[in-house]
Amino acid sequence: MDIFLKELPQQLVNGLTLGAVYALIALGYSMVYGILQLLNFAHGDVYMIGAFVGWGVFALLAPGAALLVPAWLVILLMLLAAMLACGLLGVAIEWFAYRPLRTAPRIAPLISALGVSFFLENAVLLVMSARYRTYRTGMLIPSSWNVTFLGATVSFTRILVIAVAGLLMLALHYLVQCTRLGKAMRATAQDREAAAMMGVDVDQVIVFTFFIGSALGGAAGVLVGVLFTQIYHFMGFTAGLKGFTAAVLGGIGNIPGAMLGGLVLGLVESLGSGFISPRYKDGIAFVVLILLLLVRSRGLLGLKIREKV
Amino acid sequence: MVGLGAARGGAQTHHTRQKACSGRAEHDARKPKGVFIVRCAQLGMGAGLKSLSEFGRDEWVAREEKRRQDGASRGRLGLLRQAWQGVDSRLRWLAALLLATLVPLLASNVYVVQVAGLTGLYVILALGLNVVAGLGGLLDLGYVAFYGVGAYLYALLASPQFGLHWPFLLILPLAVAAVALLGFLLGAPSLRLRGDYLAIVTLGFGQIASLLFLNLDRVDLPFLGLAQPLNVTGGPNGIINLDSISLLGLTVRTPAGYYELILFFVALVFLAVYHLDRSRIGRAWRAIREDELAAQTMGVDVRRLKLLAFAVGGSIAGAAGVLFAAWQGSVFPPNFDVSVLIILYAMIVLGGVGSVSGAISGAVILSILPEALRSPTLARLLFYGALIGGLLYLYRRQWQRGLLILGSVAALGIVLKVLLGALEPAWFLHPQLAPSLADSALAPFFSLINAWLLFPRNSLTVGNVAFVLTVLAWLALARVKGRAREILLAPALYALIFVWETRLLADPSVTRMLILGAVLVLMMNYRPQGLFGQKWVQRT
Repeated sequence: MDIFLKELPQQLVNGLTLGAVYALIALGYSMVYGILQLLNFAHGDVYMIGAFVGWGVFALLAPGAALLVPAWLVILLMLLAAMLACGLLGVAIEWFAYRPLRTAPRIAPLISALGVSFFLENAVLLVMSARYRTYRTGMLIPSSWNVTFLGATVSFTRILVIAVAGLLMLALHYLVQCTRLGKAMRATAQDREAAAMMGVDVDQVIVFTFFIGSALGGAAGVLVGVLFTQIYHFMGFTAGLKGFTAAVLGGIGNIPGAMLGGLVLGLVESLGSGFISPRYKDGIAFVVLILLLLVRSRGLLGLKIREKV
Repeated sequence: MVGLGAARGGAQTHHTRQKACSGRAEHDARKPKGVFIVRCAQLGMGAGLKSLSEFGRDEWVAREEKRRQDGASRGRLGLLRQAWQGVDSRLRWLAALLLATLVPLLASNVYVVQVAGLTGLYVILALGLNVVAGLGGLLDLGYVAFYGVGAYLYALLASPQFGLHWPFLLILPLAVAAVALLGFLLGAPSLRLRGDYLAIVTLGFGQIASLLFLNLDRVDLPFLGLAQPLNVTGGPNGIINLDSISLLGLTVRTPAGYYELILFFVALVFLAVYHLDRSRIGRAWRAIREDELAAQTMGVDVRRLKLLAFAVGGSIAGAAGVLFAAWQGSVFPPNFDVSVLIILYAMIVLGGVGSVSGAISGAVILSILPEALRSPTLARLLFYGALIGGLLYLYRRQWQRGLLILGSVAALGIVLKVLLGALEPAWFLHPQLAPSLADSALAPFFSLINAWLLFPRNSLTVGNVAFVLTVLAWLALARVKGRAREILLAPALYALIFVWETRLLADPSVTRMLILGAVLVLMMNYRPQGLFGQKWVQRT
């Protein structure tokens, strides 16, 4: 019990960081699902590409042992580049793999998504090889920068991750709740045909949704790179699964739900791996998901949906 | 709902009609009747009676089958096809099976038999997946876990791991029952979930299974009084030295023996699935796949039938797992990872989701093709064959234009070779034909390619950059229409050949995965009914 109390704050901090990242990934899934009722299986790989784009920017700006520009600018550029690249990638995926299948049976876009995911993974494997790439985070944020808080050591990297993720989510909240585009998105999610009849350009809304969701995924990729420093071509698979799990936990299609689901998943996972066994870390998430779905299949914040007939 | 769906179906039929009629004058006189499809009537009166099944359908739609046959029987090839289709389907399958049993006799080496055995296993797996995903329409992404559980059960019960050496004939039914039970246990709670949730729960289940295979090598069971952690699955090292299969006192040792055994199971599973497909259960599965709510309204016990689909598909995978473990003589966690799942889905999608013969042909194609891609000679042959064949098919009505594009690709290559090759000769290589290629009958063709194409000295970097650019170029090509597409096609083809020769040929294992991924997307875009499936006229 003593050990438990002593370890608890540290695990909570770890869980919060992890949860922030999961929430960012989950948002991409949830937004797309809310509008198209489509499982974008390729989203995890978009996140992976984001991590690689961030790494590329870093390698460009820090060719030797020293940075060419200040550290904060490097981080900002990494995030912006990854978000832009991933946003465009998401839009391209929508164009080529999903849009032609909008009226097809449900299984078709899912299989198409599996294909995209497989293609992206192997394309990165081909171009970047199977070698792990390392973010030299120490050059950006010295590891000595940390705060001790209630017995937990919080490194500045973790604070940065939580802060960036929080800012992005706030921005998203503003976009969805307070802008015209956000209104159109909400309308489309509610009823696509009715929204189209009211003059919403549904195709454009879908493109924007993919752009924003994928950009958030790209940002998550960079944050994970900064936090855990190692990236590789297959990292998107598990992360995508976790992101989806988080989205379902919170109630898929529901934006605050995705954020909550991400945090809950991150906390459960880090507490589970801290107090049960780190070997089954990835399994814990699914056990939680399956249990939750059995009890409350619409997720934590999801609304009960009556099937339309 | 029926009214709305039918109205939409009617509108689409009308559209299809106009398209089809513009090609054939004989249908022009026929005026649209506008009689809508009444699906309830069809379902209610039983699909077995042909005259009844045409009841209430648009006349043009009802004649679809006949028209298709008329179209197919034209020409010499059509006559041949007609004669082939005239043969009883049971005879055709029997002939195929007999031919397949002869493979070890005809094969030149053991490798061919090994590939044939693998093909047989994939056929079994694809048939099982076809039951769950194809007939039942359940997107089961944990399918490979059933396969893995079957394999690990054999590995645990017939190896030195625990000193157990149970006979195959005991383990097989045990494994099938265990996996069916597992499918039942997994399915019972999760089938309440709608389609996408089901996908994610099964995917999660698959992940948990592979996590267990990987991590059950140090199980701490202090309450059982064990001094040291128990090694169950061997972790990443897997389980090796599995027993060979013994049947009636005969031990199967050779690859050919295993191949024949696998083939026997292929026949068994095929028979089961074939008859299930045509039975009341098969029809009910299809009804659920098409419209769950409508099926329920018609009195189909949706929940029980979905569970049955899960259990049947799972137990087929479990049996395949047992066979696989005995055949390979060892099991390792990566044998059951997601790439196997993707390959299986590609197989049933390629052949046409929901069709038994489609699953078989998809499995055969996709297990032989990647093996063929291993050999550079065959890989090149297939690539250029597909390229030229595809171009000819695309321009089958205007072959002059196809030739023009082929010519412009060749001209582009010559121009680039002369210009760049002369400007910066240090950047390029002038490769000789590899010895393996020089022996083949197509050596002149390959040396022509070598003389024609630019081969950069730094093939890795240049190839990587060219790969990314080529993908972008082909995506752009898919977006543009008309003249712009024809102008872009030649450079895109050149880029494809360039990337193929400089980069893709060097990494065959990655290349085939790339091709698989692309095939899945393209297939869904252009032929969602699969290579051999037929497009339905009436779609609601």
